[in-house]
This record gives sequence, C-alpha cells and structure tokens, in this order.
Amino acid sequence: MSYLYQTDELMKLIYETLAGFCEQYAIPLLYLDLAIMLVAVGIIAGFVSVSVMFMVWLERKVSAHMQDRLGPMRVGPHGALQTIADAIKLLFKERITPQKADKWVYTLAPVVIFASAMAAYVVIPWSPGMIIADLNIGLLYLLAIGSVAVIGLLMAGWGSNNKYSLLSAFRCGAQIISYEVAATLSCLGVIMLTGSLSMVDIVNAQKDMGWPFIVVQPIGFLIYLIAGTAEVNRAPFDLAEAESELIAGFHTEYSAMGFSMFFLAEYANMFIVSAIAATLFLGGWAGPVLPPVVWFLLKTFGLVFVFMWFRWTFPRIRVDQLMVFGWKFLIPLAFVNLLVTGIVMLL
Amino acid sequence: MIELTAQTIPFYILAVIAVISALAVVSLKNLVHSVLFLALFFFCMAGFYILLKAEFLAAVQIFVYVGGITVLFLFLIMLTFKVADKRLRQTNEQWLIAFVMVILFGWLLVTGLSETNWEIAEWSGPEKTIPVIGKLLLTTYIFPFEVVSVVLLAALIGAIVIARK
Repeated sequence: MSYLYQTDELMKLIYETLAGFCEQYAIPLLYLDLAIMLVAVGIIAGFVSVSVMFMVWLERKVSAHMQDRLGPMRVGPHGALQTIADAIKLLFKERITPQKADKWVYTLAPVVIFASAMAAYVVIPWSPGMIIADLNIGLLYLLAIGSVAVIGLLMAGWGSNNKYSLLSAFRCGAQIISYEVAATLSCLGVIMLTGSLSMVDIVNAQKDMGWPFIVVQPIGFLIYLIAGTAEVNRAPFDLAEAESELIAGFHTEYSAMGFSMFFLAEYANMFIVSAIAATLFLGGWAGPVLPPVVWFLLKTFGLVFVFMWFRWTFPRIRVDQLMVFGWKFLIPLAFVNLLVTGIVMLL
Repeated sequence: MIELTAQTIPFYILAVIAVISALAVVSLKNLVHSVLFLALFFFCMAGFYILLKAEFLAAVQIFVYVGGITVLFLFLIMLTFKVADKRLRQTNEQWLIAFVMVILFGWLLVTGLSETNWEIAEWSGPEKTIPVIGKLLLTTYIFPFEVVSVVLLAALIGAIVIARK
C-alpha cells in the first residue's frame, strides 16, 4: 500500500529488478532503457485515448446539464460508452483527400499536431518518480513543443486548399502566437520563485513551502488560465472554429482518422494545459491523505472542468476584441505581475 | 572509420535528415514546401544541440526558429497567394557565376575542415546550463545583450511604421 504513496521507491524497485534480470542474461542496459521508453510511450498513448474519450463524454454531459438537458443516455450507464461507439464509427469511415489538396501537406498536418500534443506528455509529473523524463528545461520544453502545433494548423489550412480552412488556420495561428506570450510571461513568476525549469523541482518547491503557488501568484494563475483557454482554442476564444463564419475551421476537409487525430490532439492539449496549471500553481501531486497520483488527476481534471464551464458560460468574442484583450491587457498585466514578484523577492 | 555507439547513431540519423531537408529547402519548386523542410532542418539542429548537452539552446532553437520564424515565413508566403501557388524557377541568368563561387567555397570548406586538427576537450560543461547562461548574460555580457535588445526593438518599431503606411 505504501508504494502507492512512495512511487519513486516503486519505480526504483521495478528498475532494479529489471536491471538485475538483464545482468543475469548479459543484456546491455541500453536495451532495457529503450524497452522502458517504448513501454512508457505505449502507456501514454493508452492514457491519452482513454482520457480523451472520458473528456469528450464529460464535455457532452457538462454542456447538457448546463442547458437543462440530459445529454447522451442510451449507450451504457448515463451514456458512458457513447464515445467508444463514436470512436469505432469514426475508424470505419472513409478517408477522403480533396482532389485539389496538397496531398503530402494535407496528410501530414494531423500527424504534426498530434505528435506535438503527445510530445508534451514527456515532462508531465504524475507522482514522485513517475515522469518519463525530468528534463532540467522541462517548462521551456513544454512551451517550445506547444509552439510547433501552429505549423501543423497552417499545414492543415493551406493543404486543404479551402479558403475557410485557410482563414481559420490564420486566425488560430495568430491567436496562439499572441497568447503564447502572455502564457509564457505568467509562468515566469513561478520560475523566479523556484529558480528552476524542472517540473519536479517546481512541485517540490511548493511542497517545501507548504502551500501552492496560487497563494503567492494569483494573478499569474488567472493570466495562465485565460491564455491557456485561448491557446487550446476553446470558447470564448474559439474563433478558429466559429461555425457560423467558417463552416468547421481548419479541419473542415478532414474525415475519419485525420479528423479524429485533430479531435484527440485538441482534448489532449486541454489536458496538458490543465496539467501545467495544476503543476505550476496548484501544487501538482502534493496534497494530504490521498496518494499523489490521485491528487494530480483530481487537480488536472478539476481544471478541465473549469475550461468546460468557461465554454458553456461565455459567448464567443470578436477577433479585434481578442487581439486587444491579449496585447493591451493580458501582456501588460503579466509584466506588472513579474515586476511585483521581482520586487517582493528582492525585499 | 565510422563508429556506431549510442551517441553516434542518433548523430548520423539526424545528419542525414538535416542534409536531405536542407537540399529540399533550396531545390523544391513550391515555397510552402521549402519552408516546411526548413522547419524540419531546424528540428535536426535542435537534435544536434541535445547531443552536445546544450538543452537550453535546443529548446530555444525550437521555440524561436520552428515556432516563431518558420510560422512567420508561412504566414507571409500563404498571404501572398501568387507566390504560394506558383511553381517557381530555381535559377536565373547568373547561375554560372554562382556555380563557380559555390565550387570555390566548397573547396575552401573541405580543405579547411580536413586540415584542421580537431581536439576533443576533456571538460564536458556544467550539469545545468540555464543558470550559467543567465548569469553570464547579466554580468559579463550585459552590454552586447542590451545592444541586441535595442536593435530588436528598433526593428520592431520599424516594422510597425512600415506596416502603418
């Protein structure tokens, strides 16, 4: 039972057992490391698909209850198996490539977006010792990998050879680039307090301090939450998917697997943004009584719920309002937050 | 001659991808394709930085070059529709002179590289590079750092002034 709490000990035990096994049969440790990496990738891929299915169901339920409806009820108890049925249906659909599309760019775009979403899971700290790679540039890596998705969006929009897709890709790209600045600046306050970019160090700093960083960085948390909503293109910032203006957005032309990869990436990104916010501002896995993994998932899915709450509460804003709000309010506020943090730290 | 170890195998894989994508950047006839291969090339550069244990540089390489500059290129090319659609010619009337210059420059590079005695340093660098880079930027190299910031600011204001006309 105690291994559920001391997961670093558990990981060490597993690794040492496997290393001993390798030594016995004279297998080089390099192969063990490679095998562990492959298994970790498999676990993450499994987690992503299961969690995305859960989040899609949750979104439908949350939106339904907010609008005084029931939502999916037929497949499974309270419609819990609805997304599994939907996923199987999507897999059997025909893959269509428009005749005038740029075939390679069109086909590779969902791959780029999905890969950049998956790559972010490498530095997510689930529990002590349970992290694929505790990079000492952890947070910077997350921000850098996140910025690659814009290329995938532009590839999808341009490759489809559809003007609505292209317009949506431009909107989406401009929005992500603008709000990336605010998101990065809001993370800087936490980095200043911790003195490290490693995700594990950030959690440990909050554990040592006794309370999460949201207490000392409330404005940073709010800025990150707003900028994060904009970065994952969710309402009220879902201009890239404004159905009434742009049909469906940059993925209008996609069907079957291509479409489901965009869908997976979108929800995986929402999970990542929530996980970053939970790690940076809410103390990550740190918490009393419950095991660390449970705390981490509780905080992360709590924030996922907040994002859904936003979506079904606020109406969509206009493009000019979006840009003005980002550049003239959020970014200056983030700078003021940084300045105040610096002054307080000096005193 | 070629040694295959855990360090060299990734290097050769990255090197092959980097050379192929660099060739694709200059030889493809569609500008958007060129820029996408440029992004792939920048990714390979980040990989080389990681092999050299400069993780900070690698992350910044992806952040600035892949996420920033390539995206800017894509925006510019896609917004000028005639450029994105055309199959552009790769040569003009000066190709002969350029060819001679390239051969000369290539010869210079090959002789320079083959005649240099490459020494391998014993010192492998600090464990965490970011604190060291940060300290150096704000102490020893504060002046060039600030000059670069002012130059970038001037470029930014210049771009806004031109765009407003």
